[in-house]
Order: sequence, then C-alpha cells, then structure tokens
Amino acid sequence: MSAVQTFVDLLAGRREASSLASRDWDGVIGVARSEAMLATLAHRLAGADLPPTVAALFVDQRAAGAVAQRQALWEAEMARRALAPVGIEFVLLKGAAYAAAGMACAAGRQIGDLDILVLASDIRRAENALLNAEWEWVKSDPYDDFYYREHMHELPPLIHKSRDRMIDVHHTILPRTHRITPDALALVSDAVTSADGFAVLNPADMACHCAAHMLADGDLQGGLRNLWDFHLMTRDFAVADPRFWEQLDVRARLHGLLDAVQRAARLSRDLYGAVLPAGWSGPEATDRWFRERLFARDDWGRVTRPLLEQAFYIRSHWLRMPPTMLAQHLWTKWRKR
Amino acid sequence: MRHSIRIAVGPVQFRIGSDWAAPIAALEHLYRGYPQDETRPADATVRLFAARPWRRWVRPSVHIGGDFVVPDALPLPLSMGLLAAEMGMNLQVALGWRRHMLLHASAVAKDGRALIMSGESGSGKSTLAALLGEGDWRLMGDEFTLIEPVSGDALAFPRGVSLKNEAIAAVAARVDAARLGPLMAGTPKGDIRHLIPRADAIAAMHEPARPALLLFPRFGGDAAIEPMGEGEAFVRLTEASTNYVALGEAGFAALTRLVRETPAFGISYPDSVTGIALVEQLWAEAAK
Repeated sequence: MSAVQTFVDLLAGRREASSLASRDWDGVIGVARSEAMLATLAHRLAGADLPPTVAALFVDQRAAGAVAQRQALWEAEMARRALAPVGIEFVLLKGAAYAAAGMACAAGRQIGDLDILVLASDIRRAENALLNAEWEWVKSDPYDDFYYREHMHELPPLIHKSRDRMIDVHHTILPRTHRITPDALALVSDAVTSADGFAVLNPADMACHCAAHMLADGDLQGGLRNLWDFHLMTRDFAVADPRFWEQLDVRARLHGLLDAVQRAARLSRDLYGAVLPAGWSGPEATDRWFRERLFARDDWGRVTRPLLEQAFYIRSHWLRMPPTMLAQHLWTKWRKR
Repeated sequence: MRHSIRIAVGPVQFRIGSDWAAPIAALEHLYRGYPQDETRPADATVRLFAARPWRRWVRPSVHIGGDFVVPDALPLPLSMGLLAAEMGMNLQVALGWRRHMLLHASAVAKDGRALIMSGESGSGKSTLAALLGEGDWRLMGDEFTLIEPVSGDALAFPRGVSLKNEAIAAVAARVDAARLGPLMAGTPKGDIRHLIPRADAIAAMHEPARPALLLFPRFGGDAAIEPMGEGEAFVRLTEASTNYVALGEAGFAALTRLVRETPAFGISYPDSVTGIALVEQLWAEAAK
C-alpha cells in the first residue's frame, strides 16, 4: 500500500497506527511533511501505539504547532491594532480563523500568511494603515503589482519589517476575473465573533470559502490539508447545528459555489470517511481525477503524476480568467522570463 | 528512489535517496562507522535527483530536494554529489528540527563540559573543532550544536566534518588518510574534503555536555581576546540559530539561560596554532 494511502487511512481512522511496520513510517512521515500536515497527524495520533522515535517526533510537532498557532494569533492581534484605530473591521480567514475559533482542524495546522477580509470600500484605507504600521511591499515588479490591483481578490502581499510575517488583505475570496463571483458583502456582514474576539466567517460561509480555495481557485496543491479542514469543520458544524447542511446549501448557491462545495463534500467522504446527508452523496464521474491528483505522491514525498499536476494547474488558470486575458497574461509572463 | 541510505547523526535519523549510485556510495564510506538501527523510522528525508530523466547521464546535475527545499537552489555537478547530500541534510535539520534549539556552531567537549564556537563561514570554527577533536577533546560537531531546552545541555551533531580550502592540508597532515573523503575541488564553497570524526566521538554522540564556554572566533589579525557581554552573545546566537523564532518562548528561555550561565569571548587569531593556544588558555582560566 502506498504511503499516501496509509497516511489518509490513518487520518480517517480506517487504520490503526499499531498495524504499521516500523519502516512504513518513513513514507508516512515523508508524505505528511510534503503536505505540511505532520503536526496534524501528530495530533490525530496522540495516544496511539507508536514506535518510540515516532512518538518523540510527534511530541515535538505538537509543541511546535502550539507555538506557531500562538504566533499566528499574535499576528492577527497586530493587524487589529493597526486597523482598529482607523475604524476598519476585518474578518479572519483560513488557518488563523480556525485557530481563533478553536476548531478541531486548527490542531497542528500549519498557518502561513495572515489572511484577512475587509470590505472592498475599505481596502485603500486598510493598505495605508498597514503601511503606516511598518508593513511593506514584497513584490516590486510593476506588472505583478498592477495585476494584483486590477484583477485579484487581494492586495499584493505585504510583509512586516521587523516580524518578517506576511499579510494578505482580501476584499473577496476569488479573483475578480474568476467565472464565479461570491457575494463578498454577505461574507463580511454575516460574519460571527469567535471565542478569541476576532470576526470569522459564519459556519456555512467558512465551508464555502474552504471549498472555493481548494477547488475553484487553486491547482489542488495542499489539497489533502484543505480537504481535512473541510471534513472536520463540516462534521463539527453539523453536530452543533442540525440544519447546517441546509444552510450550507443555501449559502453555496448564494456565492455560486455549489459545485465546489458538493465536490468537497464527496471527496471528504471518499478520503476521510465523512458521513453526508441525503442529497449530497450523488456520484460524479469527474471526482476520479481529483482523487487521483490528491493521491499523486510517492513514498519519497514526490508528486508522481506531472501531467495530471500540469492539467490541474492549467484548470486553475482557466477558471481564474477569461481566455483572451489568460493569453495576454501568459504572454506577458513569458516575455519577462 | 533508485539508491538510498539511512544515516543517524546525533538525534536525527535521515534517509537519503538518490538517482545516482555515486553519492550514496560516498555517504556509505563516510558514515560506515556510525551506529545504525535499520528499523528506526526516518525523521527527515533528503532527495538527490535529476530534474529531467536524461540528465542522469547527460551533463548530470544533482538537484537537492527533501521535506524542505530552497526554491531556486542551483544544482551541483555529480562530482559534488556528496556536498549536495550534506547541504540537503543540513537543510532538513535547519528548517525541520524542533526538539532542540539549533545553533550554527561547532562544539567540542571535555569531562562532560562543552566548548561552543559560533561564527560565520570562514571564521575557522570548523577547523578549530576538527583540530581540537584530534587532541584530547571529543568532537561534538562542526556545523550544528543542539541545546536541550529543558536541561540547557548541549547535544552533539557529529556529521562528517566539512574541511575547506587551507584547512584540508592542515588536518590531512594529522590524520589517517582512511578518515578522509574524496577531495571536491572548485565547489561553490571552495575546495571541500570531509573528515570522519574519531570513533570515540561517534560512540559518544548521544552523551550530553554542559555548556562551559562560548567563543566567537575570527580568523585573521593579531591574537586577541575580548570578553563579550550577555547581550551581545544573545544577539549573535539568535542570528546563529535557525529555529530560535520557531521555538517561541522555549527558545528565548533556553538562549537567555545559555548566555547567563556561560562565559563568552570573541577571539582573533592569525593561524590555527595560535587559535588553539587561545582556546586552551580560556578553557583553563574562564570556563565554568
């Protein structure tokens, strides 16, 4: 059995850690590191019967994950201190939001940049407030800068001078040029307050964003992690609110993300054993390609299906912009090489 | 991968895979005396690979991959495969290891007490450690020294010592040729030749040592000793640590304790004989 299959089975709870031969862990750890999910696995297998050196590595990973999470929330607090005085409220997105809301998928989850969502009408003032608070531009390339401002759903990335941490300031959750236009105003105005006092998307919108990020925007890099987020959050939201799946259906339709959300649900069932309500479980032939892309890693952590990877990369661009614009974009990028 | 080897250095178990046989054979030679537990799962993975299938034979160039990669890192010619493996192993430790605070520093030990030497590339910290390790010191490592956050102890990472340029002749004159790896001339870091640490240093690699003296050597200029305050030592070591920030409060606590409890000095020296004399003098007079 391949290491990536074993890794997914361990997360899903289909396989006992004690059933692995000691050398099976080589590939499992390698795949988990390649997917930036080693600390997630360490949390999932806390208390499991593990070889001593693996148990020790997992202790390290859980401790490091806790530090990283505290640092990410501190970064969110720094953004709040920069934006609150000028009256800008923001919604935390992705990893920092899951941490602030104390969600199960936050345990060990890697958090890279700080992602925040503000009203489109606030974006210029947000930019100025952050520049005044010692964030600065990362990209100096004029075309990239123009591209971000004209076509993207976020400002060009900013990095803090002394803390060396990046912030992505979004005004919506998909590029402006994307075939799908989510209702950004509804995302912000229907946000809820987390246990830590930060605004986060309401449960249904959070699942919509997770699915959009994984299936409508990206090329499925990091797909196993995004799918794990989706699986745990929908599972727990449904426990807390029996009407969650109905609300998810309503919000997904509102944002134009029903296909992405339904596919994410089916994939989380196929990979992680999610139990879906009636009406969500229909078969879909094209899911097969997504499963194959998610499993395309060998026991050394390498992507094994370069053509499939390339196809998903092209798909992500195809969804992101109309054909003539895509041609122009690729032409400009190619000339600058 | 086609060829692979498992190597344990200090607390880290590596597995290294390669598209070519030669780098693995060179590693087998260099690490043949290290203890090996074939059943132990690997903490870290290094991959040496050809970017295109035909580049395994046509102008073969070795790309460095693994759990952690540096984007846009330049590949090395196959003749420098051993250097590629070393860089790959260093990278995994520098970016992935969290159990200990990592200092980019060499270290030697005597009677359970450690002398830690930190400095930029070219400061001579590796050469001094290698030469001391041929005397009555135990070599702990020439690249990384690990600090255990709870106990404050130093732990060894005695990989094959990477001798560079003039240091190669200085050390080669003193050791059995069987303990030296192949000469790699004209690498991006100059000429490189590896030294296999002494068997007793390898056998003792899991034994912790108490930090007793911190030195910041600088090769070149007249012999000089300058006492260093806690603040300067602290700042220099934060810069020399690859995971200080990632460790958060535990890193801060470990590092403040290290600089408070360990006397620190900057030393300048014109040649290795003088350098070693200064080290021995400070060890006798100032080490805790």
